[in-house]
Amino acid sequence: MDVTLIAQGLVSGILFGGVYSLMAVGLTLIFGVMRVVNFAHGDMMVWGMYVSWLLATRLGVDPTLGFAVSAAALFMFGVIVQCSLVDRIQDAPHEMQILLLLGVALVLENTALVAFGPDPQRVRSSLAQATLWIGPVFVDMARLVAFAVALALTCLLWLFLQRTDLGRTMRATADNPYGALVVGTDVRRVYAVAFGIGAACVGAAGALVSPILPFSPSAGLAASVTSFNIVIIGGLGSLPGAFAGGLLVSVAESLGAVFLSPSMKELVSFGLLIAILLFRPTGLFGRRA
Amino acid sequence: MTRGLPTSREAWLGAATVAVLLALPAVLTSYAVTVFILIFFYGYLGQAWNVLGGYGGQLSAGHAAFVGVGAYSTTLLSMHWGLSPWIGMLVGGVLAAGLGAIIGGLGFRFGLRGFYFVLLTVAFAEVCRIVALNTDALGGALGLYITFTGDPWQLQFQDNRAYYYLALTLMLLATGVVALVERSRLGAYLLAIREDEDAAEALGVDTFRCKLAAIVLSAFLTGLGGAFYANYLFSLQPNAVFGIPLSVDVIIRPVVGGAGTLVGPLLGSLILSPLAEVTRIYFTRPGWAGFHLVIYGVLLIGIVLFLPRGAYPHLRRAWTRRRPDA
Repeated sequence: MDVTLIAQGLVSGILFGGVYSLMAVGLTLIFGVMRVVNFAHGDMMVWGMYVSWLLATRLGVDPTLGFAVSAAALFMFGVIVQCSLVDRIQDAPHEMQILLLLGVALVLENTALVAFGPDPQRVRSSLAQATLWIGPVFVDMARLVAFAVALALTCLLWLFLQRTDLGRTMRATADNPYGALVVGTDVRRVYAVAFGIGAACVGAAGALVSPILPFSPSAGLAASVTSFNIVIIGGLGSLPGAFAGGLLVSVAESLGAVFLSPSMKELVSFGLLIAILLFRPTGLFGRRA
Repeated sequence: MTRGLPTSREAWLGAATVAVLLALPAVLTSYAVTVFILIFFYGYLGQAWNVLGGYGGQLSAGHAAFVGVGAYSTTLLSMHWGLSPWIGMLVGGVLAAGLGAIIGGLGFRFGLRGFYFVLLTVAFAEVCRIVALNTDALGGALGLYITFTGDPWQLQFQDNRAYYYLALTLMLLATGVVALVERSRLGAYLLAIREDEDAAEALGVDTFRCKLAAIVLSAFLTGLGGAFYANYLFSLQPNAVFGIPLSVDVIIRPVVGGAGTLVGPLLGSLILSPLAEVTRIYFTRPGWAGFHLVIYGVLLIGIVLFLPRGAYPHLRRAWTRRRPDA
């Protein structure tokens, strides 16, 4: 096996892992605060991609800046979904929550299909063509930028949760919603913001991927499943777990594509998932429930 | 209560419905027969899912894996060894049950519940799909095609109505099996597990064996359905038979009709299968592809918000209110 090939796989894997991490951070935030699994996560990501695509093709905004608009749009969407739908079934059985969000996923995916058609799209970015060579290994600039932005956003979210009043309230509500209610927290508002931020993360992730990979409305399901894998591997509800899990899964898939074949790479992450579920269901960074 | 023997009026109603369904093909157009086949087939799959998901409360989002295993094994046995699908479907059912035993054995042994179990089932179905996509012996991405001979011994019929009766038989058979389970000790244990697993265990219910029995039975029935699928459509593609959309199709009907009730999956299929077909036909015009699934999604959201126990309990209440002597 060629060493350069492995090094190339590692580099691409780590760089793309930033986007995986950002997706998973959004999902884990939503789960950690509300105990709801967002089955529409991947489809929200697809909408993030299409917002970025619209900006690039209609207004000529590069996705390196357009991600902020995608994040803002998805934030609003997340707040609406939380207030109008999820809030009503906060205490319903898990399967009802899953089905509700599956319904949202179906609506999102197929609205995109009606609006944009089934053909794959790709956003042209001035950066995407550029590459950087480190010895024999090439670094795709679009991936590097995506990684840097994803890392920065995750750090910002971490600071928000640790240092601001709203962030602290959010963590308190995640730990004990009843206690938070007793001390006068507006729990519903916290939930709305948490869902909004989670959706914004995945929206930004979508915008960052849009110049790297071609996408179509049907990509959402696979993205959801990948996010679930990462979050379970890292530990449901754990922010560092989601971040580390994103890098781990991305590198594993990237190396899987090198050692097996590109179409088998998903098998690696599912194998990882099944192993984690069986031997350490709380995930690498999870706490015992 | 839904448990216990049906009242004589319910029994009459059931018998009358079956009689009408038996006579119906005589007057239906060929297209209407097709719609009924879909109603029966998805009602059958929903009923099979119901054992595990409805009564046992173990939400499987990977039932496509069992459909796929049943469909592929029946077809391969027939292609390579000339084994009649009538026998092959039993083999397919047993293999699907074996996969169910593996998933359940691992998942329940390690105490996976709720969302974790959902993901385990999704992961196994996706692994099956990827393996089928990448194995040349299984036809790879192109899948398998069955040559049509019209030989009834090969589970192929010239007349659509033969499939109608076959699908109807499957659905009634599954409903009979689920009715037996509902009245058995296993059925009572499964309900107890669904309502409060820890309490059931504290009372001495062997929850592991009950859940395992439920997933094996559910997978066996679903595998038989896979054989029907293969020999009705004559082609198998990994993304279609192992894909998550098929799993969602299997779940959505019992949930809409009323999961954990005998009539729920059938009612759900009676509502949704024609709706899916009509909207699909109506919105296939260019530019509207996918619109039927938007309607589907909105409907799913509406059901969860407004009829969280499905349609059947409401229908039943309306029925008993009208006839207070029941």
